[in-house]
Amino acid sequence: MDKILFGDNQFFAVNHLSDEKSRAQSIQFRTNEAIIRVLEDVVDLGINTFMCTTHDRISGICDHIRKHPQKYKNFKIYPCMPYAHKYANAITELGILGTLKEYLPGNIFSTFAKGGLAFAKKDIIAMMELLIDAEMKMFKGIDTPVIFIQNVITDLILGLGLKDVFKAYDAYIRKKYNAEPGYITMNLPMLLSVFDHVGIKNPIICSSVNKIGFRMSGGREIYEKTIAEKKFRPIAMQVLAAGAINPRKAFEYIGKQKNIESVLFGASSREHIKQSKDLILEYC
Amino acid sequence: MIKAGIIGLGKMGMSHCAIVNAHPDIDLVAVCDTSTLVLEVLKKYASFNTFSDYRKMLNETELDCLFVATPTKLHAEIVLLALEKGIHVFCEKPFSLTLKQGQQMTELARSKKLVGQVGYHNRFIGTFNYFKTLLEKNIIGQVYHFTGEAYGPVVVKNKGGTWRSDSKEGGGCLFDYASHVINLIEFILGEIKDVDGTLLKSIYSREVEDAVYSSLFLENGISGLLTVNWSDETYRKMSTQITALGTEGKIIADAQEMKIYLKKDNNELGLEKGWNMKYITDLTDQVDFYLRGEEYSSQIDYFVNCIKENNLQNKNSFEAAFHTDMVIEMLKNYKKSNNG
Repeated sequence: MDKILFGDNQFFAVNHLSDEKSRAQSIQFRTNEAIIRVLEDVVDLGINTFMCTTHDRISGICDHIRKHPQKYKNFKIYPCMPYAHKYANAITELGILGTLKEYLPGNIFSTFAKGGLAFAKKDIIAMMELLIDAEMKMFKGIDTPVIFIQNVITDLILGLGLKDVFKAYDAYIRKKYNAEPGYITMNLPMLLSVFDHVGIKNPIICSSVNKIGFRMSGGREIYEKTIAEKKFRPIAMQVLAAGAINPRKAFEYIGKQKNIESVLFGASSREHIKQSKDLILEYC
Repeated sequence: MIKAGIIGLGKMGMSHCAIVNAHPDIDLVAVCDTSTLVLEVLKKYASFNTFSDYRKMLNETELDCLFVATPTKLHAEIVLLALEKGIHVFCEKPFSLTLKQGQQMTELARSKKLVGQVGYHNRFIGTFNYFKTLLEKNIIGQVYHFTGEAYGPVVVKNKGGTWRSDSKEGGGCLFDYASHVINLIEFILGEIKDVDGTLLKSIYSREVEDAVYSSLFLENGISGLLTVNWSDETYRKMSTQITALGTEGKIIADAQEMKIYLKKDNNELGLEKGWNMKYITDLTDQVDFYLRGEEYSSQIDYFVNCIKENNLQNKNSFEAAFHTDMVIEMLKNYKKSNNG
């Protein structure tokens, strides 16, 4: 993995500190062109990995990347699935089964409506595979060497104790996409101990790592110890704690956690992207 | 270890299920739902017992506490049965569909001396708690107006056919979305005693309202406005905001940030004249397991502590939720009496 991974929260109005900033961002990035302009700065600054959610609008970005193979020659996307709010809002309205019916691919729908329910009951893993394929469609022809599960799903599976689902995900991503499975979580120490238990070795895990312990469940100390002692490939996210920490101090802290392999950050302007990139290269 | 059960595995029930199962002080013994799909998955991959009949579950399983996250119309029969059996209850919001049921549940929990808590999770968000503290200290002087708002993208096109599109089952923006804001206004500012100028608007739904607008009058003499719309797709997810205007300043808070404007310095709280910003990172306590928001874990930690300490003065009590139901009833009846 590259040292620097560029994230997409800013494009989709995800701001953990301010609803108002979220809205300003959704206005700034209302067109795909606005997103593409930022990505061109990213590539120009030598950052070649874009870690993004499987938001509907990413498919337009993927079209652009496919159309300009030269410009994006070394460019990689790390998809993070699913775009949870799409499903969460649907579940509120349609229920779990209704949501599955809504989002499973069209040709599957007829199967599902007839004998499909029985099939689903027997084999939730097969259904998960169908959902992964549906989410991955938009990335066809683009290099996706690591494929992540979003934290809300990772942590739901973790909390429910559905350990075998992790194993199935791991196997499917390797087999079908020839890619490394990745996991985003807000519960790093607990996730790693479950992975130990089911035999998932040296996993790629993206979690909050920051100086003030924001979204580091169980506390900063246990995270530091986990990163120092456990064998896994850590990606640090929420390094700035949504803007609560001064950037220099934030990246200096990350530099002290020796085993961190990559740092994920997002920004909306070339100036901010360059500032974070320079600090990561200086400290990490 | 506290032995727990969960009835209803929709979005909230599933979320509680993960948090409860990951909790070090709780042993999740049994879950119940009518969806065979959900039960089969949990039976196959999870470690707790599954039931499709809640009576059977309550008869066959020894529980200390129960989480009820079914559609609202089923709350009363389940909660009353659990309380009769001496089980502490965490019930999802809104509390009940009829005031009679709400009163029965509240009185039974009180007489049995059991912990009753309702899932109005905004009461566990740092910004809203700090808001309450600031008002208790009279930091913005005499409050003369407030607004309570919530917006989100639940119903953004013509559709129907689930319990959420049927008001008899607890569907609609008033029960589902506005209840949160009403409960939060009562938590931060005071109990609501009257409503006026209520508008319940259907935008996409046929059977229920998609937006709720009303004037609200509190027991303590403060008045303000309620503005809630679940058909606003300019919001990515539910966003709730409370604003209070006073003679000495103004406070605006949502779940992430707080803006405090003061006419003069407040040395006791370290706040300056003019704008002060406070963020979730300053005001939120760490949790041991995180799913979707600290408040969902905090409310369960709090429930467990109330059981352990036999604390019946719950900050998210049946009484408070019952009062929210009464306000919902006022808003519904206003529509009936004024709009035919």
